[in-house]
Amino acid sequence: MSDCCSTTATIEVPIEPRVAGRIRNVALVGPPNSGKSTLFNRLTGLRQKVANYPGVTVEQRVGRLNGIGRGDLTLIDLPGIYGLDSYSEDARVAVEVLHGEMPGTPAPDAILLVLDSLQLRRQLMLAAPVLGLGLPTLVLLNMSDLMEARGGRVDTLALAQELGVPVAKISATRGAGMDAITHFLNRKAEAEKPVPAEGKIELPVMGNPRSYRQWATGISTRTKYKAPISNAWTKRIDGVLLHKIWGPLIFLAVVFAVFQVVFSIGQPLSDAFGDVLNMGGDKIGALLGHGWVESLLIDGVWRGVASVLVFLPQILLLFLFIGVLEDSGYLARAALIADRVMRSIGLNGKAFIPLLSAYACAVPAIMATRTIENKRDRFATILVAPFMTCSARLPIYMLMIAAFIPNKPILGDFFGLRAAVMLSLYVLGFVAALTTARLLKSSILKASSAPFILELPQYRLPTVRSLSLRLVDRGKVFLRQAGTVILAVTLVLWVLSHVPFHTDLTTSVIGRLGHLIEPAIQPLGFNWKIGIGLLTSVVAREVIVGTLGTLYGADPATQSLGLQAALRHDLTLGGAMALVVFFAFALQCTSTLAIVRRETNSWRWPALQFVYMGCLAYLAALATNQVIVHLVR
Amino acid sequence: MVAIALLSGFGVEEADELELSGAWKLRQLSELPIGTVGVVESLDLPGEIQHQLMHMGFVPEARVMVVRRAPAGDPTVYSIDGFEVALRRDTAQAIRVRDYTREDQGQGTRQG
Repeated sequence: MSDCCSTTATIEVPIEPRVAGRIRNVALVGPPNSGKSTLFNRLTGLRQKVANYPGVTVEQRVGRLNGIGRGDLTLIDLPGIYGLDSYSEDARVAVEVLHGEMPGTPAPDAILLVLDSLQLRRQLMLAAPVLGLGLPTLVLLNMSDLMEARGGRVDTLALAQELGVPVAKISATRGAGMDAITHFLNRKAEAEKPVPAEGKIELPVMGNPRSYRQWATGISTRTKYKAPISNAWTKRIDGVLLHKIWGPLIFLAVVFAVFQVVFSIGQPLSDAFGDVLNMGGDKIGALLGHGWVESLLIDGVWRGVASVLVFLPQILLLFLFIGVLEDSGYLARAALIADRVMRSIGLNGKAFIPLLSAYACAVPAIMATRTIENKRDRFATILVAPFMTCSARLPIYMLMIAAFIPNKPILGDFFGLRAAVMLSLYVLGFVAALTTARLLKSSILKASSAPFILELPQYRLPTVRSLSLRLVDRGKVFLRQAGTVILAVTLVLWVLSHVPFHTDLTTSVIGRLGHLIEPAIQPLGFNWKIGIGLLTSVVAREVIVGTLGTLYGADPATQSLGLQAALRHDLTLGGAMALVVFFAFALQCTSTLAIVRRETNSWRWPALQFVYMGCLAYLAALATNQVIVHLVR
Repeated sequence: MVAIALLSGFGVEEADELELSGAWKLRQLSELPIGTVGVVESLDLPGEIQHQLMHMGFVPEARVMVVRRAPAGDPTVYSIDGFEVALRRDTAQAIRVRDYTREDQGQGTRQG
């Protein structure tokens, strides 16, 4: 954007604070729900780096100010904070970054302080400690178009005088007032030498919320701040969406609709995408000719990566839904409705939508837990999410059920024995999640109290821009995080299944490993072929179907049979049911492990989760096989 | 954070007198019926939550209105400073309020 002045920006520069010299790094500071991330996206465009701050689970976003044509400047997005007291992890991170003490993050030379002008009186409380830092600061009154439209007003000149820093009205969603930021940065960047402070502003002496509040109230009164009339629509919509009877009904309808769409559109989309990927692999393979290079590239890298990529359409679809729910304001209402139920299992209402998404895929579910501020609740939700029956489990469930369970009707034609087994597998995962959540909350993630503070934002129409930015951002995180780990794992698996050279799967290293673990898995009713399947499906659960197909296809005894018949020939009912129970519990998913590592910022949690779920899977499969063996006998 | 001293400022007789007159007495925020406004007197919660609530505007002398309850009866939505926030009953119990009035009965809040 150029220096065009057609926008509604008001910039007042009455008193200069001290200027630290040339500006290179700018920090974006603001309370939660101030529209900070929208502004960050607007100012940086899509070129941003997302990571975690070292040692904590707070997300770090850094980008170049390309959105306003200042690609030479770096914008650091700080977590949404209420104050600079070190009560929460977010605030501790913010303080360290602002003081230039955060390793790997440059010290900011200037601050953009974003405040929601609809709630200025409250949000001004953050201005006191931020201005106290003494860095060049521009205060941005976000959503000022909405404020004025709803009859609110504020004297920005008086506010700038009170605060001793320039103040500008902006609208991050519409992109209005961005030239005020350019103007501020240009002016500050020109000032090579420190300029002594000319005026002085009064900041509260006591650094506690009460004095900040008195200070903020005083300023809002003196600047003739008039809060906008609260949105009558929000009240009216809440009257229906939070109604005693309609509320839960609409809630269930929304949940059902999300599922319907994810499964009826997402699944075929994923399947079609998978076919395209496989076809592409075959085409490229044909070009390369036969040999170990072709095998490494196609059977190893391409198939491995494709087995994970097929989830991308579904994951993006889920993110789209979560995005619409969050941006519209309904996510908070859903959390409010679900809180009572979630509390009974030791979690809070904000965990509901993430856990629900986990029924399609645990990856977006785990990434969506960022809305849960309470760290213990968040970790508990991350740790139980993979128990939910995700779509990657369905191929092996369907294969085993079709092969071993007769289609006997139980309740008429609609509900047969096969459906009953499928349903009980869903219930099994759900019960395991509940039990684990209770276990976690009463042991390692024990909370001294159960704080649940839920802000209910006003309803808003989600914008296409913010939704697409979110999709691209989340998709990139998934591909980068999961992609690198998956590439490594598939390469290792390929080598293990092709060394020594000129062997087939059964005589390769992984084949021998399958034979080696056979005694350990025999009590579960598994043979070495299943053993190999368990090893290869560490990448992704549905890989086991392909592996079993290869193994039985290569075996002369079962070559002529279909996969289902071959399985019936080779496994007992106990072993088959033990296998699906094993998959209900085990964390056979490299993507999930990679994402959990990212979200918890340590390998400790995914390792713990993998071992815990693996042990549970082994024991449950053992019990299943033994019970069925004794019953059938 | 230490709770802001409450009852200490009021003599017993004074409190009795006020209660007899039916005007007001200290209550837990969770007890207020829907549609009423209370003035925050004190908070007594563990550090981090107390701090967050105070930064959200739950400071002494702030006016809080009870907006609605969740369909399950808990949590309850409160309006403070023109925005809405939901708190569970056990959190709202730790917030003491006085001077509660029905909002539709006008601006009848007394400053302590």
